[in-house]
Parts: sequence; C-alpha cells; structure tokens
Amino acid sequence: MKKDEIPQDPGALGRIAKEVSYVVDENGNYTTGLSTGWEIKMKALDVAWNDVEKRITEAKQKVLNGEASPLLYYMELKLMDIEIVSGYTGFWKWQVKKHLKPEVFKKLSDSKLNKYARVFEITVAELQQIS
Amino acid sequence: MQLDFNHIQAAHCENGVTTSLLRHTGVQQITEPLAFGIGSGLFFIYIPFLKVNNGPAISFRTMPGMIFKRTCNSLDIPVFRKKFSSPQKAQQELDERLKAGQPAACQVGVYYLTYFPKEYRFHFNAHNLIVVGKEGDNYIISDPIMETLVTMSSYELERVRFAKGPLAPRGQLYFPRENRMVTDEQIKKAIVTGIKRNVRDMLRIPGSIAGIKGIRYTAKKIKGWKNKLGPEKSRSYLAQLVRMQEEIGTGGGGFRFIYGAFLQQAHAYHPIDELMDISKQFTNTGDLWRNAAVQASGIYKGRLTAQADYDLMGDYLLNIADLEKKAFEDLSAAVKKMK
Repeated sequence: MKKDEIPQDPGALGRIAKEVSYVVDENGNYTTGLSTGWEIKMKALDVAWNDVEKRITEAKQKVLNGEASPLLYYMELKLMDIEIVSGYTGFWKWQVKKHLKPEVFKKLSDSKLNKYARVFEITVAELQQIS
Repeated sequence: MQLDFNHIQAAHCENGVTTSLLRHTGVQQITEPLAFGIGSGLFFIYIPFLKVNNGPAISFRTMPGMIFKRTCNSLDIPVFRKKFSSPQKAQQELDERLKAGQPAACQVGVYYLTYFPKEYRFHFNAHNLIVVGKEGDNYIISDPIMETLVTMSSYELERVRFAKGPLAPRGQLYFPRENRMVTDEQIKKAIVTGIKRNVRDMLRIPGSIAGIKGIRYTAKKIKGWKNKLGPEKSRSYLAQLVRMQEEIGTGGGGFRFIYGAFLQQAHAYHPIDELMDISKQFTNTGDLWRNAAVQASGIYKGRLTAQADYDLMGDYLLNIADLEKKAFEDLSAAVKKMK
C-alpha cells in the first residue's frame, strides 16, 4: 500500500485513535501513516454485530417460547458462551449447560441466581423475567 | 506517580509493548518491525475445529506472547512473567513494581476495556498494555493502540486483568528483568534467527492448516462455503476472515506490510540486495490480501452472490499462497548469505 492510498473512512476506532498503517512512500521506502478507518473492514465489523443482534433476538424468542432459560438471553446479550459464563461465575460448564434448561433454572437457589445477576450486571428479578 | 516512559503508538499491541519496553530498558535500535520480524510474527493458520465468536478461527500472526518472548530471548534479555490467582496479590505486585520504577506490561481482555469503542469490545483476551504510573486510585496506561496515555481505575484494571474465557490472562504481568544495552551485532544475529524461524513456520510446518499450506487449505474451504454453510453463514465467515486480516493491529494486509518494513530495516544490518527485493514481494502480497478483502466484502455486503464469486475469492488466496511461497523460498536462500 502506498502512503497516499491509506483509507480515511470514518471508523469506530477512528473516533478514539487513528490506526497505524505500514505503507511505502514515493521512493519505495517503508514508513507509517495513520488511518481513521477502512470501509471494507467496517462493513465486516457490521456483519459481526448483525450476527450478535440476531443471536440475541433468537435467544429471546427461545426464552419466551419456554425452550431455554433467561440465562441464554443474557449470555448472548453479553456476547458470552458457556465457557465464558463458566469462567466468570465459577460454575462448571456442565452446570451452566443444565441451568440453560427452564425447569432447572426455576429451581436455582438465590445464591446461584445472585452469581449470574452479578456477572450480567442486572438484578435477580431482571434475570428471572425478561421483557 | 508517573514513571518517565516514552509512549509509542504501534500497529499491533504486542509489538508495541515489546518495542516500548525494550526501548525503555536501553535497546535503542528496536522498532516495531524489528520486534515483529525477530519474533517471527508472520504466520497463517486456520483451525477448522475451533470457533471464535461463532466464526472460523483464523490468524495471520504467531501465537500471543511469542513475539515478546522470542525477541527478548534472541537479544539475551531475561524476562519476568507471572500469573496470579488472587487479584489482590496481582495488584500488590504491580504497585510494588511501579514504586520501584518498573513499567510493567499486562495481558488483558478487551470486553471490559473502558476506553475502547464499544464496537471492538468482544471477549478477546490477548490484548496487551503497559502500566506506567499510578495517581490515587487511577493507573496510567500506555496502550500501544492509542495515540496518547489513558487511565483506568484500579477496579477497571483488575477487571480486564482477570477477564475470563479462552486465553484468560490471569493477571499476567511481564517485563524485561534487566536494563541492558544490545549491540548491533546481537541485532544482526537476532534478525537471522527470526527469519529462519519464520521461513520454517511458513514453509515447513507439519500438517495442512498452517503456513502456506494453510492459505491453500482456506482457499479450498472458501470455495465450498456457499454450498456447505449457506449464503448467510458464508458471509459471516468471510467477514471474520477480513476482520482477522485488517482489524486493529495488523498494520494492514494481514501483517504483510509490517514484515515488508522489517525486511527493509533488516537490510540496514545485512546489506544484501535480496532483502529489498523480497520486501517488495511482501508489499505485493499485502496488497493482494487487501484486494481479496475487497472481493470478500462484495460477498458479505450481499452484492456478489454466485458460486463464481466464492471461487474467485478462493483463487485470490491460491495466488497469494504461490507468491508467498516464492517470497519465503527466496528468503530461505537469502538468509544463508547473512552472517
């Protein structure tokens, strides 16, 4: 890439810091330049976030249909998976998996619910009832 | 208190941390491209059985932590590295080091990294930053991605140092243990070691998912994505490929431009013409990676939908694989002339 070809599209990162790009100058020597963003990769990031939104919507529907516990919804909302939830709560992965079932989730003790609520930064009431 | 520390903005966080910490300890010659090249940073791998953010696990660089480790090793600089199980102890040790005048690097997760834009905050745990001071409850941070210093409260810093999930940092703290000058002769030798290891990783790594073979493997996979995964998932997969290639840290073109810069800087220590020529070859493949990204974006934006478009995307990668194979073979021959 040549120095005068560095893309300067408005990017999310560009709002807080421009990115260092390695480029060649007119004599073919490497130098650096700053970029505010590149439309091609911004679109790629948009795709990733659309996927996240879709997963959240699907999770919500599953919870409302009674196919999964609210845990699934908050897990997707926080971009987590079972491994990450397990890491933050201290539950084993197989426990988290079980807690995704509505009938198991309903019987969880307050202390367990509290652990989840803390990780998701919500109240226990919010955890139990999604709107 | 704020330590006397020169903040350096870099393309990639680990390169940046390595460069600024080594500068701080007295290695005046080090630059981001040199750290990247000596640490044999250039790579390609597609791990088919692993998912990252529900997409394919693809990387254009070597494993996290390796660049710092290898560069320090090659320059004969001892390294301090420690993980913690207790956040209190982790903070205590950091505070003691700062008091003793030692800037210290931390591995952190970006999901709770307060100064990052929300759009970038996935659960990615291999970000690196340097703590260079503390005022009251606030830590002063030199994050190589940022243009200037930033601050975080002790709670915020603890949270990212103890992020959970894959590659959990576990409070990891690291820095060069001694202040040492490094001779040009040492740099020369380290360059040779770095190049040899990179040639080996790209040309001779066993298996079919890494190095040049990994690029070919990915090309083949991409051609099959439309049929195997359906159009929607294929679009997400291609977007992930482009993010791994171009997002924060790669310096553009999946680190190929940084590597081109490294070879030019290596030429100052080993003045053989081949290095300048091979540098150009990497500039070219970097450009081709970016062209491939444009093609991919046509697909994930929904403008290109035919199987022929996926085939063309795969062919871009096959072409790159051929050219990078040649570049590394030339490098393999050239490094024999470097004493």
